[in-house]
Amino acid sequence: MEAALVFLVASFFTASIYLLLSKHVIRMLLGAVLLGNGVNLLIFTAGRLTREVPPIITEGFEVPNYATANPLPQALILTAIVISFSFFAFLLVLSYRAYQQLGTDDTEEMRFAEPSGEAPPPQGY
Amino acid sequence: MNTVIFRTVAPYFTSLMVLFSIFVLLRGHNEPGGGFIGGLIAASAFAIYGIACGVQPVRRALFFHPMSIAGCGLLLAACSGLPSIAERVPYLTGLWVFPKIGAVELALSTPMVFDIGVYLVVVGAITSIALALEERERD
Amino acid sequence: MAAESGHSADITHAMITTPMTAADWLIIAPVVLPIMFGAILLMLRYTSVRQAVMANLALAFMFVIETALLLHVAEAGPQTMTMGRWLPPFGISFSVDITGVVLSLAGTFVALMCGLYSVVDVDAPRTRYGFYPFLMLMMAGVNGAFLTGDVFNLYVWFEVLLISSFGLIVLGSEKAQLDGAIKYAFLNLIGTTLFLIATGYLYGAFGTLNMADITRMAATPPADAPVRTIVVLYLFAFAMKAAAFPLNAWLPASYHTPRIVVSALFAGLLTKVGVYAILRIVVMIFAAQHGLLAGWIGWMAAATMLFGVLGALAQSDIRRLLGFLVVSGIGSMLAGIALGDSQGLMGAIVYAVHSMVVMAALYLAAGIIGRRAGSFDMRELGGYYAASPWFAAGFLVLALAVAGMPPLSGFWPKLVLVKAAIAAGSTWLAAAILVTGLLTSLAVGRLWLYAFWRGGPEGVRDGAESWKIESLDGRPALATYTPFAVLVALVLFLGLYPQPLAVFALEGASGLIAPDAYIGSVFGETR
Repeated sequence: MEAALVFLVASFFTASIYLLLSKHVIRMLLGAVLLGNGVNLLIFTAGRLTREVPPIITEGFEVPNYATANPLPQALILTAIVISFSFFAFLLVLSYRAYQQLGTDDTEEMRFAEPSGEAPPPQGY
Repeated sequence: MNTVIFRTVAPYFTSLMVLFSIFVLLRGHNEPGGGFIGGLIAASAFAIYGIACGVQPVRRALFFHPMSIAGCGLLLAACSGLPSIAERVPYLTGLWVFPKIGAVELALSTPMVFDIGVYLVVVGAITSIALALEERERD
Repeated sequence: MAAESGHSADITHAMITTPMTAADWLIIAPVVLPIMFGAILLMLRYTSVRQAVMANLALAFMFVIETALLLHVAEAGPQTMTMGRWLPPFGISFSVDITGVVLSLAGTFVALMCGLYSVVDVDAPRTRYGFYPFLMLMMAGVNGAFLTGDVFNLYVWFEVLLISSFGLIVLGSEKAQLDGAIKYAFLNLIGTTLFLIATGYLYGAFGTLNMADITRMAATPPADAPVRTIVVLYLFAFAMKAAAFPLNAWLPASYHTPRIVVSALFAGLLTKVGVYAILRIVVMIFAAQHGLLAGWIGWMAAATMLFGVLGALAQSDIRRLLGFLVVSGIGSMLAGIALGDSQGLMGAIVYAVHSMVVMAALYLAAGIIGRRAGSFDMRELGGYYAASPWFAAGFLVLALAVAGMPPLSGFWPKLVLVKAAIAAGSTWLAAAILVTGLLTSLAVGRLWLYAFWRGGPEGVRDGAESWKIESLDGRPALATYTPFAVLVALVLFLGLYPQPLAVFALEGASGLIAPDAYIGSVFGETR
């Protein structure tokens, strides 16, 4: 099961890197979402996969006496999901605003912060 | 989205969802649920109300600005660690009181206060983003 | 909601039993206070005057608290508070050592100065949009990152400061801002995602996220642990945040776009958080693996310094020039990290404090220039020396300090770094630092000549009466010149009397190299 998920994670990463290399903001946005999900899945897989076994130590034992998933990575993912969710919400609004104001979603045409073809700086005093 | 059926049902639907979100929030201590997921349910309730009846009625119904609600939640969550000072234990330690009201014993705790804070932060932040996006669709 | 009275298990041996003292609360106060004030300011967003007053009072209060914390840590060694009473590594620890608290104190001071400046720089609509709450939450993120003792918690604080910095950078939504913000947001998102991947692997390899705990284990890692992969991922993630050479493109593309006070805050605080994270994780935790990477970090440092300053030489917009100088300064800190001995790390820490103060001051000065002349373009500036000689003198002090001239604050860390580099046999690194110093003095000297020394902009004859610069008076003058003057005075002070900072930095550096006291503060007697 883990092996299948590893392939899934790898394909998530592949797709997200391909999308992030695009020059269109909307594709980069999708790439960012896929990247976040790929990472979450990666950590989830690293925490072992089991079927609905609660990670509770039986009375009288010091460690779990049956195979159970490590609950901490799942807690980490929960935090990471919340964060990537708010990141994505912000990026969505930002990209939308940028598209409205700048009239393009092509990053190569976004030359407002660093205008192209500027005159060189003064050469002498 | 402006059908009569939707507009008639939306207010009932919203109130039901908000009620359910509070239920999810309160059961969160020992069972699946909690502040974040409860807050998301409540925020989607307001988003649905906004889709059906427009953004202004939602803002009127909420009374406070969504971001102020989020700020209130953040303050509540941060303050939920303060009773630890009096008990001389580290910040955010779970402290419990069991007041008796009549025959019912209530279990009140600082993690619950923290969770309510999280709930308010999520409701406020997500509602404000959702309303901002819905508002923009109209112009 | 089961009542706890129903439980019978005795869990006191998993809990902290020593009562907390008042001094322990100092550890988390620099994080909790800005969160609380940020929340209150968020609720009161529509009362714009009180916002500025409250935010500045909060920052001043934080400054006092952090000074107390610094004195406490200097006297009693590293301090730890573990949240929720669970024993470390199960509870999340906040571990404060000298390095963290010195940087956090300098950061809060810079933020306080920017807070004063913002009284006139941030107008009412931007205040209503939430400048001050974002500022406070960003401070919570910055202080949290400096003070936390848990790797995942560090990730969370990174995100807190990033999300609030997003809010600050788009404040006002001008075209250039949206353009800069897109680049800033995407590249930083990728940086923190790398951080998260590395943290996932780290937990997989060590089964703990407590920094002190990992430090104990990292010397002899489990045989199959991909430790090198983890370290390289961390280095990439933090180098991206710190804007080190191959990953620095986002910084000059975005830092000049927001309000000048926001630029000053970012230049002062954010990149240094990345440097601090490298210090903490690559240098302290993975000390054994640091040797493998030192050569690479050294090349990265030299390239960052040189390309940064070459970029600065090619600019005519003051703010963009300063953005490249921020990058160049990061290179000097990385040089110290590459050396990795106590002298090198001390140089890096002192340089970080110097860079915080001087870069924020330079941005604020650029703000004053732009406010008075209505332009940030060197070609359209001139005559400031004639118009206000004191301002010109202050700017010259900053310019010489950033170039590393004695007796100003930039000189001492560069001296330490050059000496350490020569002692370690990396003469090329020492040469890179010195060449960078020369090129930096060219870049800032040119700026000073154009904006201050000459009589007026291009086409205006020297001494011509026709060129007049608007002067500031009343409230704007007070709110802009006061922070500028205080920061210049601090640069002079750190240059003329570097002893206290050097002592703290040396102590911090030796704490990073031999973290026994740090580990001891987390695990107490049980280690």
